[in-house]
Amino acid sequence: MSHHIVEVKDLAYTYPGGTRALRGVSFRIVHGESVGIVGANGAGKSTLLRHLNGTVEPAQGSVRVGDFPITRKTLHQVRRTVGMVFQDPDDQLFMPTVYEDVAFGPLNLGLPTAEIENRVMQSLDTVGAAHLRDRPPYRLSGGEKRAVAIATVLSMTPDILVLDEPTSNLDPKARRQLIELLRSFRHTKIIASHDLDMILDLCERTIVIHEGRITADGPTARIFNDQNLLAESHLEKPLRMQACPICGPR
Amino acid sequence: MSKIESALFDLSGLDALALQQSPIHRLDPRAKVLTALAFAITVVSFGKYDLTGPLPLLAYPVVLIVLGDLPPGYLLGKLIIASPFALVVGVFNPLLDRAALTQLGPLNVSGGWISFGSILLRFGLTLLAALILIATTGFNAVCLALTRLRVPRVLTVQLMLLYRYIFVLTGEGARMVRAWSLRAVSERRMPSRIFSSLAGQLLLRALDRAQRIHMAMLSRGFEGEIRPIRPLRLGAADAAFALAWTGFFVLVRFYNIPRLLGRLVTGIAQ
Ligand SMILES: Nc1ncnc2c1ncn2[C@@H]1O[C@H](COP(=O)(O)OP(=O)(O)OP(=O)(O)O)[C@@H](O)[C@H]1O
Ligand SMILES: [Mg+2]
Repeated sequence: MSHHIVEVKDLAYTYPGGTRALRGVSFRIVHGESVGIVGANGAGKSTLLRHLNGTVEPAQGSVRVGDFPITRKTLHQVRRTVGMVFQDPDDQLFMPTVYEDVAFGPLNLGLPTAEIENRVMQSLDTVGAAHLRDRPPYRLSGGEKRAVAIATVLSMTPDILVLDEPTSNLDPKARRQLIELLRSFRHTKIIASHDLDMILDLCERTIVIHEGRITADGPTARIFNDQNLLAESHLEKPLRMQACPICGPR
Repeated sequence: MSKIESALFDLSGLDALALQQSPIHRLDPRAKVLTALAFAITVVSFGKYDLTGPLPLLAYPVVLIVLGDLPPGYLLGKLIIASPFALVVGVFNPLLDRAALTQLGPLNVSGGWISFGSILLRFGLTLLAALILIATTGFNAVCLALTRLRVPRVLTVQLMLLYRYIFVLTGEGARMVRAWSLRAVSERRMPSRIFSSLAGQLLLRALDRAQRIHMAMLSRGFEGEIRPIRPLRLGAADAAFALAWTGFFVLVRFYNIPRLLGRLVTGIAQ
């Protein structure tokens, strides 16, 4: 069984306006891996992720999820396998209540009512948002929205979780809780972010993207120690790996 | 600005009301949609000089507001915000149509004023019924009911997305105007040059966001229909609701009840 593999080959994409967001990207992610995708603003992270569940069709190259190359016919199966958490939770939550929003995916899968109820409550419990079930999503705080957005994806029981900037706009405590939550997941994880500290916490492997190309792909610890590489890609060492300027180098 | 944001654009309050539990809320969306439609047709079909005829129809919104436990003040607020449209449509009638039609004590009331009043009344009633429908049913359920009533899916999905995007659009708009007003402290009104550039940008932004929301929906298996959590089921109560109200509307349409009552009262008095 190879259905948790994600394979991207020579992927290129140009937006209608003419921005070349991806210029030949290739990598392979296997079952159970947690991979960080890092890069500056506009590097092409979000564009890359959108290809992973077929919301954007590649202009060149191919994407394979498990046994299927993504095509019109396999789209349905691929979207069951890949759970996508978008950069802005406001884009993701569109139903009148949290409960309905989390039920939206399972309902589209055509599951029986009792099973849907089960899945919704289980997903909300997992992210600690069961008490929000009847609230309208647009009235939640940033952290609550993020938790619910993740629940909407969990309720479809995906094998692969794709998260775009999951820690943006979170306060330190909410950020820490989210990191612990993600750590508890057994899924294959692909996380795009500028939050290198979070990537350091969660991902053993990191892919660096700069101007639509991969500039490095390897163990997170090694990449984050490569000062030149990070600088070239407009990134900085995670704070945790920098000498503390206040207490001074020990 | 924040006033307008909260008052005008917050249609979402209606959807929050739709979560309440009441006998009206529990009715099948199809029964409520059909009844509201019958109501609207009845209201619109009254002649333009008929001011008293439609009055008994007020019973419909009043009963639904009471049974559905809706806040009347909130609904009236929405009505008042929308009333300028009706004012614009009706305002010329008193000027154009000056023939005296009836007497109110010493006052000659012209046909124009009566038809103006009638337009306002009919507009108010129809809009109120629409607001009540959404507040007791929820917009998605209304669209679903329309689909089940054989309205083409292309239309109902468009309608549903449009409704969703109106929040998005107005939200973006409000944010942009706020950004402008924070920087243009001394200017009271927005110059038209800036207004048109903001409007253009607003459209692009809204399209972008709409596209992202659509992507998010597709990502979760959306295939053209938002499915209901509980399957729709038409029962005896639903049929009774729709039939009783429709019967009442027909009655009101063909018998001028206020006039009959008036005659009855004066008849007794004599
Ligand atoms: N809808 C779009 N239309 C046109 N160009 C776009 C669109 N979305 C992104 N781009 C462009 O494509 C490039 C890559 O954008 P992308 O959103 O993938 O970057 P990112 O790495 O996710 O950045 P960020 O860290 O800011 O989220 C950017 O130059 C951006 O301007
Ligand atoms: Mg991005």
